[in-house]
Amino acid sequence: MTTTLVESAPGGLNPLRQTKPRYGEKVIRVILFAAAAVSILTTFGIVISVLIPSLEFFAEIPITEFLFTTTWTPLFANPQYGVLPLIMGTLVITLIAVLIAIPLGLGSAIYLSEYASPKARKVLKPTLEVLAGIPTVVFGFFALEFITEFVLKPIFPGIQVFNALSAGIVMGIMIIPTIASLSEDAMAAVPAGLRDGAYALGATKRQTALRVVVPAALSGIVAAFVLGISRAIGETMIVTVAAGLQPNMTLNPLEGMQTMTSYIAAAGAGDVATGSIEYKSIFAVGLLLFVITFFMNMVSIRLVRKYRQAYQ
Amino acid sequence: MTTTLDTAPDSAPVDLEGNGQPLVDKTFRWILFLCLAVGIIFLAVLLAYVTIKGWPRLTPTLWENMPSIRRPERAGAQSAITGTLWVIAFTALFALPIGFLGAVYMEEYANPASRFTRFVEINIQNLAAVPSIVYGILGLAIFARALALGQTVITAGLTLALLVLPVIIVSTREALRAVPQNIRHGSLALGATLWQTTWRQTMPAAIPGMATGTILALSRAIGEAAPLLLLGAVSFISFNPTGPFSAYTTLPIQIFNWTKESREEFQILASATIVLLLVILLAMNAVAILIRNRTQKRW
Amino acid sequence: MSEIHEPDAPQSTSDMAMTGRMDVSAALEGVDISETVSNIVFDLANVRVFYGDFEAVRDVTMQIGRNEITAFIGPSGCGKSTLLRSFNRMNDLIPGARVEGLLAYHGFDIYAPDVDPIEVRRRIGMVFQKPNVFPKSIYENVAYGPKVNGMKVNMDDLVEECLTRAALWDEVKDDLKKSAYALSGGQQQRLVIARCIAVKPEVILMDEPCASLDPIATAKIEDLMKELAKDYTIVIVTHNMQQAARVSERTAFFTADVDANGVRHGRLVEYGPTRRIFTAPHDPRTEDYISGRFG
Repeated sequence: MTTTLVESAPGGLNPLRQTKPRYGEKVIRVILFAAAAVSILTTFGIVISVLIPSLEFFAEIPITEFLFTTTWTPLFANPQYGVLPLIMGTLVITLIAVLIAIPLGLGSAIYLSEYASPKARKVLKPTLEVLAGIPTVVFGFFALEFITEFVLKPIFPGIQVFNALSAGIVMGIMIIPTIASLSEDAMAAVPAGLRDGAYALGATKRQTALRVVVPAALSGIVAAFVLGISRAIGETMIVTVAAGLQPNMTLNPLEGMQTMTSYIAAAGAGDVATGSIEYKSIFAVGLLLFVITFFMNMVSIRLVRKYRQAYQ
Repeated sequence: MTTTLDTAPDSAPVDLEGNGQPLVDKTFRWILFLCLAVGIIFLAVLLAYVTIKGWPRLTPTLWENMPSIRRPERAGAQSAITGTLWVIAFTALFALPIGFLGAVYMEEYANPASRFTRFVEINIQNLAAVPSIVYGILGLAIFARALALGQTVITAGLTLALLVLPVIIVSTREALRAVPQNIRHGSLALGATLWQTTWRQTMPAAIPGMATGTILALSRAIGEAAPLLLLGAVSFISFNPTGPFSAYTTLPIQIFNWTKESREEFQILASATIVLLLVILLAMNAVAILIRNRTQKRW
Repeated sequence: MSEIHEPDAPQSTSDMAMTGRMDVSAALEGVDISETVSNIVFDLANVRVFYGDFEAVRDVTMQIGRNEITAFIGPSGCGKSTLLRSFNRMNDLIPGARVEGLLAYHGFDIYAPDVDPIEVRRRIGMVFQKPNVFPKSIYENVAYGPKVNGMKVNMDDLVEECLTRAALWDEVKDDLKKSAYALSGGQQQRLVIARCIAVKPEVILMDEPCASLDPIATAKIEDLMKELAKDYTIVIVTHNMQQAARVSERTAFFTADVDANGVRHGRLVEYGPTRRIFTAPHDPRTEDYISGRFG
């Protein structure tokens, strides 16, 4: 019963040792790692590229003036940089979009997850997802040329050509697939046992959906909402085309407004001298936009992890 | 076929079908269906509207002629079509290898429990949700200015490559994950190295899934306009790009430029160009779905 | 394991316990062999396998002989597959898996720091529970191992030789370019065996190779195993006691200890010549298992 071990000291004798030094494998591992690290470099690049010009901007314009004053007139002879009108524009349009997308997106998700037959689902879901594949400039064109012209003008004769309402409505439709698809994923993750339990107690399909499935999937559904809102805040082309480029500190959705994104687009597309304060303002607004959406994305990612942990 | 099981409904004490509140439940179901219908009807109206409006200009002049500010009735979108092809070619050139290899690292090499891996994962999820205009800022500051590539095809390609990278990584990882573990084990048990296993077994088996995700990612890049607004694409371009350092415009940007013009002819032209763009995108989507359906249930 | 047992003794034990015992004696073949393994390939001393903090296999000491077929039997969760997978370091692929104690191959510690798992797997091949052919042609399935190992051989000859040895050549010689997925389950498993011997291993580990096969395909694989045992050392994990009785020279019986927390830990109960294990087990747990009272 004594185990005799051959001492593997003399080099090359041990048949289980590596015969050739596979350098290729090591090189490949480094290359693969570098490819994965590009995503980190991207985030780093974004942070650097918005932060440095922003710091220069805030050296000239106090951050309090930027955040808390209500006049945004970078092109005037005496320019003022109070970002609140752009935030207001973003908020009004996002709010309209959310009011449309949340009920319609959640309703679609409940229908697809709880009611649609597998056959109907196979057709309806990809069709809805085509919406997500439409370029946003097309949505902008449609908001301006069709929604404002043929839907809103007959209802609100005084509506401006460029207005927040049309942009908000179309943006709402645009984020329906985001909200529906993520909510449905969350509902699909709810264990069948919970549904069966509700049915066994005599609950109807509606009661089961509203009182069991939706509450059980709530963190995933909220994650979908947050991500949808983040997409609305960051959306550029619809507002650039349909909502006008006039900073406007108002709550009236029938007027035109400028958002953070459409300011960046308009100023960035124009001839702005590098190094000018106006050029730097693009980055300051970009920084604000990045921080807001980053925060919302993180909330959404956390919530999704939470429901995945709960049901796996 | 009637049996004794078919008892009279009015005398049945247990309500098997109606669940007590048939009206409320039925209404609820219809409301849900309407929610879904709104999106689909909207899509149908949009497609019908642009097709009808653009119909008069859906002629070969659309791809044979160059844009013109003075004569919209004869203007075309050729420079935008070639520009889109150039930019997407460079997007694919940068995004595909990096995306595939990065996904292979995350799925086949990285230790899923390590902090670094989880950090990269969250980072990719976040990047997928960063507004596209922010990528435009990145492209402007880093590629156009800091690296002095200017407002060229290659700057646009690099910027859009970073934009779609998260989509490619996520879909490639899903495709790799769908390859059964026992194929990897079979290869490793023969004394193959990890890379031999990945390159000769896992990746070939994942190609259909990778192709589907790639097509969807590139179709997103084709429709993207916002970042390119910051990268010079809005200038009036009536020539085809001649190389990576050429000025360019793309289809979505051309549509945007025409939308800004007040004359109705330009709106018709914009509609026709939208139809062209949507046909390209829908064709790409159809190919992706075809690949997906063809290769489902291989294991 | 120094005890040499008398060939005649077990028969009577077997007859005494005949009632209620599954009749495996009919399957027993071959001659009685010594309890002591003479030509040692694997030498295990106090081997433990862990997944993280969980001890999946406890304290195994045994020796596995050259050109013998050794069967691991026992109920589910007894750690027999886990132990088998630590022989060629396939357990390395599971995060958190580690082996303690000594697991030596011809006197070389398989888990020594300077050992290359890829070299280990080249010498110690493996056949899996589900026939895991590659989604490639039959030819490429066999040629894959030699190719990745950089073997300089005439590939056509090697493919023919291996398929012949795996008793598959006559069935597939005209379809070598066909996808391996077109083969039946039994043919696929023989292709996996051909693929395995193409890299010229010394040992073939088989993890329930017939679990997904019908009886006819199983019989073919069993015949093939006995044929291959002339040149290879084979260790097979099986749920099927008749199979162990039919093919193996030696049998190791494992069982699962349930600890205070209800966690199952595999342990080796008894190891010896198959004939003796099935006819005169020393341990009552072996007796219970093979007589069908347990598991």
